[in-house]
Amino acid sequence: MTDISTDILVVGGGAAGLSAAAEAASCGADVLIVEGDLRLGGQLVKQTHKFFGSRDEYAGTRGYKIADILLDEIRENEGKVKALTNTTVTGYYIEDKTFTAMRGEDSCARIKARRTIVATGASERLIPFPNNDLPGVYGAGAVQTLMNVYGVTPGRRVLMVGAGNIGLIVSYQMTQAGVEVAAVVEAMPKIGGYWVHAAKIRRLGIPILLRHSVKEALGERVVEGAVIMELDDKFNPTGLERTIECDVICLAVGLSPTTEILSHAGCRMRYVPELCGSVAERDRTMRTSNPDFWSAGDAMGIEEASAAMVEGRIAGLCAADSLGLPAKMEKLDEYWARLNRLRAGEVGAKIRSGIGKVSRDEWEV
Amino acid sequence: MSENDLLFNSGILTDERQGAIRPPSGLWGAKKGGLVIVECPQRIPCNPCATSCPAGAILPFSDINDTPLIDYEKCTGCAICVAACPGLACFVIDLAFSEDKALYKLPYEMLPLPSKGDTVTCLGRGGEALARGTVEAVIEPKRDKTYVVHVSAPREFANGIRAIKAGV
Repeated sequence: MTDISTDILVVGGGAAGLSAAAEAASCGADVLIVEGDLRLGGQLVKQTHKFFGSRDEYAGTRGYKIADILLDEIRENEGKVKALTNTTVTGYYIEDKTFTAMRGEDSCARIKARRTIVATGASERLIPFPNNDLPGVYGAGAVQTLMNVYGVTPGRRVLMVGAGNIGLIVSYQMTQAGVEVAAVVEAMPKIGGYWVHAAKIRRLGIPILLRHSVKEALGERVVEGAVIMELDDKFNPTGLERTIECDVICLAVGLSPTTEILSHAGCRMRYVPELCGSVAERDRTMRTSNPDFWSAGDAMGIEEASAAMVEGRIAGLCAADSLGLPAKMEKLDEYWARLNRLRAGEVGAKIRSGIGKVSRDEWEV
Repeated sequence: MSENDLLFNSGILTDERQGAIRPPSGLWGAKKGGLVIVECPQRIPCNPCATSCPAGAILPFSDINDTPLIDYEKCTGCAICVAACPGLACFVIDLAFSEDKALYKLPYEMLPLPSKGDTVTCLGRGGEALARGTVEAVIEPKRDKTYVVHVSAPREFANGIRAIKAGV
């Protein structure tokens, strides 16, 4: 057991965590990033498509390149940011203000931090259907990891379940990798992701079947096909079914915020459907009801990486400011202006409504 | 919900609408180099088409969620936006290319990368094969792996061809 202490602990080295670390370090804070994966970058390293947004959010730059830009920025603050990869924060003990972490398989650490930024991201949802335990049923994140990190295709022919941005983008990426996408099924009467992402795969000949879902996976030992079913406007099966020949069923049916550490820290949580799960109440600085804890990114509600990066900036800036470091707090207004711009569109309406339910002007003492 | 609505909701443009307006036909037919066609009918936070346009033809956005508005008089058909758009929603079509062929400048991020002189299959918005085309040029304007493939193909598909598939 090793003991580690730091000014600011950032739990999670993805889009939000790297942005928070870069911002806090630029104010002079000593930052420790703890990341469960073998390398920093989170979901950014798997994103081969170009990001949306404006120049401020690296629009037009591919996600994995954005991870490199953030890592370069962190390196510029020589020595201010340390990172432990392959290390998972396993708990926070509020009575001792101490984190426990597992390093690899067999070594442990205790971490004390004056301030903590929780940027733990999200986990994938899965849906139940008969035979969904057959090899060949994947989450979309796993498919992205296999293909875009390790260069391995998941199979030959895929049924994609879900037409949110992840389902649409991963369908496109699989086509780029030479994997055939038999169809995308979506239970809603409308794609959930950006329309242009859908148009991109439609013109390559990939059907998007609205009001359809997967009924069961077929196969003895591995996936050999899938039965899909049509749904009516109350999401009940109409009885119309057909079999799709495929060796992969890829699930892209949504994400849930990863918030265990915030719960351990006693942060006041609330279930907000628009933010896809139970999330912490927050003020304008991304601080939670625990005055030592900030949070940013998907852990605070499922949204695009562009917004996660701005939230990370806010949390990093304000956590550094709370330590009495020379933080340029005038940047806070600019960051909020950027977030508000990103959330002003049609897709942002749900996010705005959700955030309204967990925003606090001040905390009761 | 009509069949048309469902088709649009699944990513196929069914008619002109805000963010997906075709250029005025008189100007379009005569403009050497072609004009941009943008098919971006949803308000999303994204503006690289406008910020990348060297001619100022895609008007600056007042809100980043605006759908693109185009001053076709200024458009030179340079296709920088075709390479810059993260949604691959910009296309340039040059109707003045030749007597019977138009030049389609289309974004392309697939393998294999075609070469000049290749015959390719031209695809419509639903992936349907519409025509055969000849690759006239393959360029990578921003050196970022989004290619712009120039394909000559019959001009009657100006409202149809939006992608290519290598081979026939």
